[in-house]
Amino acid sequence: MTASADGERAESGTPLLEVRDLVVHHGQLRALGAVSLRVFPGEVYAIIGANGAGKSTLLRTIAGLHHPTSGSVLFDGTDVTGLRPERRAARGIVMVPEGRRLFGSLSVEENLKVGATYARQGPWTIEQVYEMFGWMRERRKQLTAQLSGGEQQTVALGRALVANPRVLLLDELSLGLAPVVVQRIYGMLPQILATGLTVLLVEQDVSQALRVASQIQCLLEGKTTLEGKPADVSADQVEAAYFGLAGAAPAGPPGEGSEP
Amino acid sequence: MAWVNAIIQGVLIGGLYALFACGLSLMFGVMKVVNLAHGDLAVLAGYFAIGIVAVTHVPVLWSFVIVVPLMAVLGYIMQRTILQGALDRSVLTTLMVTFGLSVVIENGLLQFETANTRGIGVGLPLLTESFSVGSIQIAYLLVVFFATAVIVLLGLQYFLSRSKYGRLIRAVADDKEAAQLAGADYRHVFGIAAAIAFGTVALAGIAYGMYSQLSPTTGTDTILLFAFAAVVIGGLGSLWGTLLGGVVLGVAQQIGAQISLSDEVLAGFIVFLAVLVLRPQGLISRGAQS
Repeated sequence: MTASADGERAESGTPLLEVRDLVVHHGQLRALGAVSLRVFPGEVYAIIGANGAGKSTLLRTIAGLHHPTSGSVLFDGTDVTGLRPERRAARGIVMVPEGRRLFGSLSVEENLKVGATYARQGPWTIEQVYEMFGWMRERRKQLTAQLSGGEQQTVALGRALVANPRVLLLDELSLGLAPVVVQRIYGMLPQILATGLTVLLVEQDVSQALRVASQIQCLLEGKTTLEGKPADVSADQVEAAYFGLAGAAPAGPPGEGSEP
Repeated sequence: MAWVNAIIQGVLIGGLYALFACGLSLMFGVMKVVNLAHGDLAVLAGYFAIGIVAVTHVPVLWSFVIVVPLMAVLGYIMQRTILQGALDRSVLTTLMVTFGLSVVIENGLLQFETANTRGIGVGLPLLTESFSVGSIQIAYLLVVFFATAVIVLLGLQYFLSRSKYGRLIRAVADDKEAAQLAGADYRHVFGIAAAIAFGTVALAGIAYGMYSQLSPTTGTDTILLFAFAAVVIGGLGSLWGTLLGGVVLGVAQQIGAQISLSDEVLAGFIVFLAVLVLRPQGLISRGAQS
């Protein structure tokens, strides 16, 4: 449905963000096993997968919060694997973290100001965010704890936008929010994309992800099980990739004791 | 009248204790560092002042202008090096590192400056003169300390609530990972917070040297203990709580001294323990403040 989903994917150009064979461990546990992806300018790239599939780990590693065991993250052609999160933010990789993570003792406006402190040049300003979300201006003096979950998520989104990212990483926007609220927030996405952003998002809500994405990748236990355009993949394929049913053998789910 | 006098003296000395405490509270509130070398750093600053006055013969009050920025720079450097290194390992490591630092400073001073006590600005009229209100004698020095404490706290509050770096300090104290995602280098922000804390530590050390006498052990046996007591009584992480805590501690001590001179310090710590048992979050808790 999204404009960029029609026609050919601009495979020939340089990807804005590229992840090559990323392996990440949490202690002994291998959270990601050689995941690769290429996000092209203007895309909405969605990573779907069940709990513990490694989606958030992937996003956090791209943002610089985890150090990969091996593999690399390239942004606009340069290797940023060794950069700290704040350096990546300065280059334009900005994440809205899972669970919103607003500054609890700061007001709405102060949260936005922190986001704007090290902002790149670009179209987004605090004023621009207020234009888009009118209620925020009236409640700018309030502490974020006094806001509803959906409002907090919007402030978290605003805090990321005022940094003028080139690629916006969205980690589980829908977490803990009512479906209506989730719809409304995702409804803002076209407006945000119109300012020239690229979006890489992680979403547990598959139908939501398929609706907004121009490219999807499904993770299962830290491995890629499916990649393609939402239009090109069938619901069965997605289901199989999500739950790991397809596998190699049609004999049944591996590792699970199948019912007789 | 003796009791009224005790309370007034206690309130005023509370200003000095607030100066002791606010740096300790700031370091804990922002970085979760319990700086066990806090008192020794104050004493070190006091000895710097003594040294500067002895060598350059500048007026005593000028030593503040030199020592406070010097300690602030030292604070930034120490935070970016050994304290950050300890924080990267664990919060417990910071306890051991600052304890080690305390031992090093104390013994370094013993080695190079002997165990003799030293005063700052001895002979300065400000240190000895007083004015009387009715039958109560009030020392100018204590009034100056109290005013200084209020000005420092007002300044800190203004800085934290209005300035860019103040906002970043509060943001980093809330969630340093989220601050990183917003492009803030939390190590640098920690450094700035430490610089401010060390600046107040320098004020406290020189002030104590003017009020009483400094020796290499004053840092741990007086300044650190009183700072801890004031912070706990007032409420951990609360700025104005340090003044309230300092005042309560000061009043308790003066009332104790009124009962029996040897009970001065004991009375202060009894109140400290009572607060710890009855209201462990302190008189002004951080939650209630926001």
